[in-house]
Amino acid sequence: MITLNVNGQAKEVDVDPATPILWVVRENLKMTGTKFGCGVALCGACTVHLDGKPIRSCSTPVSEADGKSITTIEGLAAEDGTFSKVQQAWVDEQVAQCGYCQSGQIMTATALLKNNPNPSDEQIDTAMAGNICRCGTYVRIRKAIKVAAGAPSETQEA
Amino acid sequence: MGKWTRRAFIGAGVAAGGALVVGIAVRPGNPIDRLSPLVAKGKGEQLINAWVKIDADNIVTAIVPHVEMGQGIFTSLAQMLADELDADWSKVRILEAPADDKYVSHDIVREFAAPNLEVPAILEPTASGSFLSLATVMTLQITGGSFSIRGTGQRAMRTAGAAAREMLVAAAAKEWNVRAAELRTENSMVLHDKSSKSATFASFATAAAEQSLPAKPKLKSPKDYKLMGKPIARTDIPEKTDGSAIFGIDADLPGMKYAAVKAPPVVGAAVETMDATTAKTMPGVLQILNMGDFVAVVADGYWQAEQALATIDTTYSKTDGDGLDQDALFARYAKMLDEAGDSDGDVEAEEGDVGEAFANAATKVEAEYKVPFLAHATMEPMNCTAWVREGKCDVWSGTQMPLMARKAAAETSGIDYDNVTYHNAYLGGGFGRRAEMDMIIMATRIAKATQYPVKMIWSREEDTMQDHYRPSATSRFQGGLDKDGKAVSWSNIHTHLFDPQEAPTVPYYNIANHKIRKIDVPTHLRFGPWRSVDHSQHGFFIESFVDEMAQAAGKDGYAFRRELLAGSPRHLKVLDTAAKMSGWDKPLPEGHGRGIAFVPSFGTIIAEVAEVDMTGKKPKVKKIFVAADPGFAVNPDGFAAQMESSIAYGLTATLFGEISVKDGAVQQSNFHDYPILRINEMPDVAVEIINGDHKRLGGAGEPGLPPLAPAVTNAIFAATGKRVRELPLSKVDFA
Repeated sequence: MITLNVNGQAKEVDVDPATPILWVVRENLKMTGTKFGCGVALCGACTVHLDGKPIRSCSTPVSEADGKSITTIEGLAAEDGTFSKVQQAWVDEQVAQCGYCQSGQIMTATALLKNNPNPSDEQIDTAMAGNICRCGTYVRIRKAIKVAAGAPSETQEA
Repeated sequence: MGKWTRRAFIGAGVAAGGALVVGIAVRPGNPIDRLSPLVAKGKGEQLINAWVKIDADNIVTAIVPHVEMGQGIFTSLAQMLADELDADWSKVRILEAPADDKYVSHDIVREFAAPNLEVPAILEPTASGSFLSLATVMTLQITGGSFSIRGTGQRAMRTAGAAAREMLVAAAAKEWNVRAAELRTENSMVLHDKSSKSATFASFATAAAEQSLPAKPKLKSPKDYKLMGKPIARTDIPEKTDGSAIFGIDADLPGMKYAAVKAPPVVGAAVETMDATTAKTMPGVLQILNMGDFVAVVADGYWQAEQALATIDTTYSKTDGDGLDQDALFARYAKMLDEAGDSDGDVEAEEGDVGEAFANAATKVEAEYKVPFLAHATMEPMNCTAWVREGKCDVWSGTQMPLMARKAAAETSGIDYDNVTYHNAYLGGGFGRRAEMDMIIMATRIAKATQYPVKMIWSREEDTMQDHYRPSATSRFQGGLDKDGKAVSWSNIHTHLFDPQEAPTVPYYNIANHKIRKIDVPTHLRFGPWRSVDHSQHGFFIESFVDEMAQAAGKDGYAFRRELLAGSPRHLKVLDTAAKMSGWDKPLPEGHGRGIAFVPSFGTIIAEVAEVDMTGKKPKVKKIFVAADPGFAVNPDGFAAQMESSIAYGLTATLFGEISVKDGAVQQSNFHDYPILRINEMPDVAVEIINGDHKRLGGAGEPGLPPLAPAVTNAIFAATGKRVRELPLSKVDFA
């Protein structure tokens, strides 16, 4: 048994410690917002936070999460469902198209703004370059991050 | 029924010609009894016609017969229906139509087969009915070809909304004992101003459903539009922002297991031997299946299945494709083009005497262009979940063709069609890839073997290596200019693999003598529709060659195209708009260049200007200016998003998109060797929409792509004098 802290809740899972976090979250915990894209940390679709830092869950064994907290896309909104400022900016700027990569994009953007509340265009591009969007929503991702950066800051965990 | 092809519509139309079914866009007879159990399950819900239901709380639900793969079609089609219905948008909900024969895409068939067919109202049921019977025969329920709005939207959703409105009004008139003409509708209410009466749509829903279907409901004119033409927020975006949106890969069933699969690297080979000694002993492994054309491992978890699959040793049978390399394929194309000479091949278009005009031309221009195979690389890898048990089959996936998926599952499982249910989810990208049925058939075969629910997921490697690729192609041109630099002849011969064939390789330009031919070339690789289909090739070929002719004529690319479009004011307006947006005449810094390209496709006229910085080691695309005339943009923000998307998709192909073959096998496997455009490579995009003809709408999902590559390569020429004749740019040495 491995005890995980996911979005603030303790979860026990009976899996091989080598299993990537991605599959534990999706299959054992039935939280499907985190996506499988490439399996080798090349596309960012599987991005979650481990102790607040963005990681590629497809290539990180669940054993590494022992004693740490995992935040997934499902953990960003407030308990009453109110979106985080990054999520709200994503809606306001109408970012998503097919939407498959967006959980990963939002997790990376959230981590970026946490460390750098007012990123430059170049810093945005650098931080987000690990997340592929095949629909090409990049123009709107840039805008949404700018909007989120300019929005009144909230105390919400990101 | 074999593979669906858009060309096949016409052929099948002849076969089905005798069997007319009376119908209008809201469907023959009254379908409510049959469809209600499928779509009207909520409390007090009343189905008014096949496309709309209203519940006790006055919620209007638009039933959309298309799939959502990022193009925003749920919202746009609901906008069209709700506008004609005078529905309160805040009370409109959207439901994807079930995979049922009643929701076949006959309006798309009609738009394809007879795009300009207008018949008198009395004949409308007959005309529409023939397309309906044709689509039904073909189990055609497709989202593709940029056809949803111009086909289903214009013909079905608007008509259904208007018909429902008339039925509600008729029911209200009867109940209030007033003339229908005295009633008006607004915000999901029926109002009688004379008596100050008003009531919700819901209060007449039951009575409305009993009204006869209007033969030709009156549609609004653009001045009365309330929702169409507005940048309404997409309804699917919030759930795609908090992780709650369900894609095909998210299907979940009690007792479900997971399958990892591997097919032979060379398409068409069979699994000859399989050594699964190690795999059998691995944790979680339930079944190891040699399916003949692929190997599957079924396990408690997907990762366990993948780990076990990786230990299996397989050998494959020899095929005719084993010896093939990419260079050999291009050499084969060249040989076949050589052999076709000046006269062989299928003539696609011919006007004037191209031979004489070219012989007498003052300036002769010749060029050959090449493009490679391309993978779709949807972010969501191919996947499908199936459950086959005694007399019943259920299948879950995200497909562009739900009804065909149901049929494929029925044929594969051997279960009676009526007992097969296909459940569609959001598509994590489609681009044509999800118009294929291979993932549906494979998962159904696995589930048939296991008899418990199995979710099959392809690895990214399988997804890249087992695609139905955009074909590679070679195209050759000869063009003649007179002494004033006017284009007088245009001849083109190109290799052809596409079915459907979309691109009208007839130039939209006014060149008196032209001849276009194609030759079919064989390949062992599977190929299929890829965003913008063969326009993705011909856009690059044609617009590159036009630029070469302009240069030979000593003219500016924009000015030269203006001459060729003389007499086509709508085309000229688009071209002029793009040039103006880009500041075409304004100087650029040293090493920068602008290029223009113009391609009308899928009913939408588009010109793009690219601004490229060539001062670094690699081309840097800085800005793309898009001018587009789709007739009328139902959702302008959604349309602009599709332009941005097409540019990113097209730029990936332009910069580095290449699937190559060695020893018959695809060489690329994941994003390290099949790179996708990243945010730091994305240019700024400016879009200007021209609503040039509200009666004939064009598509949005594809037409932004074809002009992109040539706009970029023409800009590279402007900056460097180097002409790119083969994509991708990563193969070109700019040092």
